[in-house]
Amino acid sequence: MPDADPRLYLLAGLALFAIGFYSLVVQTHLLRRIMALNVMGSGVFLAFLALALKAAAPMPDPVPHAMVLTGIVVAVCATGLALALADRVQALEANEETPAPEEPPSAETGSEPEDAG
Amino acid sequence: MSFLDFLSALLLVPALFFFVAGTVALLRFPDLYSRLHALTKADNVGLGFAVLALMLRAENGVEVFKLALIWGLVLAASSTVCFLIGQEAVRRGLKPWTRQSP
Amino acid sequence: MIPQLLDGTLVLVVVALAWRALNDRDLFRGVIEFIALGLLLAMAWLRLRAPDLALAEAAVGSGLTGALILSALVRMRRREQAAAGQPAGVATGPWAKDRAKNFSRVLLGALSVAMLGTLAWAALSLPAKARGLTAEALARLPDSGVTNPVTAVLLNFRAYDTLLEIGVLLLAIVGVWALRRGEWPAADLRERPLLLSLLRWVLPLLAVGAGYLLWIGASAPGGAFQGGALLAGALVLALLSGLGRRLLRRGRLVRTGLTIGVLVFGVAGAVALGWTGGLLQYPTGQAGAWILVIEAAALVSIGLTLGLLYLGGRPGEK
Repeated sequence: MPDADPRLYLLAGLALFAIGFYSLVVQTHLLRRIMALNVMGSGVFLAFLALALKAAAPMPDPVPHAMVLTGIVVAVCATGLALALADRVQALEANEETPAPEEPPSAETGSEPEDAG
Repeated sequence: MSFLDFLSALLLVPALFFFVAGTVALLRFPDLYSRLHALTKADNVGLGFAVLALMLRAENGVEVFKLALIWGLVLAASSTVCFLIGQEAVRRGLKPWTRQSP
Repeated sequence: MIPQLLDGTLVLVVVALAWRALNDRDLFRGVIEFIALGLLLAMAWLRLRAPDLALAEAAVGSGLTGALILSALVRMRRREQAAAGQPAGVATGPWAKDRAKNFSRVLLGALSVAMLGTLAWAALSLPAKARGLTAEALARLPDSGVTNPVTAVLLNFRAYDTLLEIGVLLLAIVGVWALRRGEWPAADLRERPLLLSLLRWVLPLLAVGAGYLLWIGASAPGGAFQGGALLAGALVLALLSGLGRRLLRRGRLVRTGLTIGVLVFGVAGAVALGWTGGLLQYPTGQAGAWILVIEAAALVSIGLTLGLLYLGGRPGEK
């Protein structure tokens, strides 16, 4: 099978970046925003690899490949951290909205309601 | 084109047929249980034909072994996942579709 | 003709799916579409001749990220329900009927399209043939100790990048542990005999597979990252089924595993600095062995870090 046209994938990467950017600003749910950041990252990876394919003689440029490989793994870690933060934000917001109980059961359970699970 | 290549291409025809059938069933079947049925049966037969076709093009025995391993893993994983999803659906009280139901 | 058709379809589906995943009214469906997007991206990496990345994307980018987001969604929904006392079926979308909001959305859409146009113009006006660093990488490949150019770049030519990246992984898990206490997925294996019989042979197979990927990474697509991804998948399965409980009770062992990648990598760098005078500049002729040791330690850390992210916080008994 002949090589793909790098320009096609380059444009797709840029489109993913733009879609992610638009959704990042427009969407309000934190999960959607985290996914939007991931899509933007995937767009950058796609553009990067398309550019690496341009230098395909006798093989694609291995340096962008190595960078994208670390990028994928770092993106997952950042997503995990962002999700933990989003969870914390939601827990704090829920605490603010509900009126405080007259007698707080204990300081421990008040700060981390998810501990019950 | 050698005889093996021809045979391999021939095997891809039923593979495609079963994949398309599985996909159409996934989209068209009325409830979760029948969709699970389509996914785990039709698609795995399709994958089996595709794996057989690729085995005929393999360069050595190790590749044949790896392909067989992939098929085995997919079969085991999909039947287990099917069981888990089905069990959860039964537990939540999802009724199987019948012709009488609206 | 057929390859172009394949590429065109793949690219169109990727872009459409990205849009749907982020703007679907049903958040749950959006998450599923996001996972499917990751799998299609793995195919795109194959078409771009990057099998190393296809392996990592399928396991980490799609599988693990999907599992993380899905479990976060379930957790958030449960809390929303508890807070409101009513089922929160469809998350509130952005589709408010507010005219001012609509106007700003149109404006932002126009801005995004303009940005896309500018970027596309800039990208397409690049020279058609790029030189890249392929020639330089291939010229020094015999000295690198491995024959897979991507592994050579990762663990020799730009090893300091990878060292810092393993550090980033450690920082991420430290951050997650500081924020929350993890949740124990409660699965009763006695009710799921099929799952137990699958895990009995799949978990060891995944561990062997991780070792195989580490070893083969010297000469073919594979390496510590792909092996670590496989290990992380095995760990998530073990956590989901409750089999991982015993491992997590041994806190010191887990912490050692999480840090061993950075430790070994850092010590190797320091020893190489004293030996040859260059940070992470391995002694001539021994690079292969050094890389294997560093990669083995990194494999353990990467697998543990990515797998434990799934808990969403520090492990700890109630």
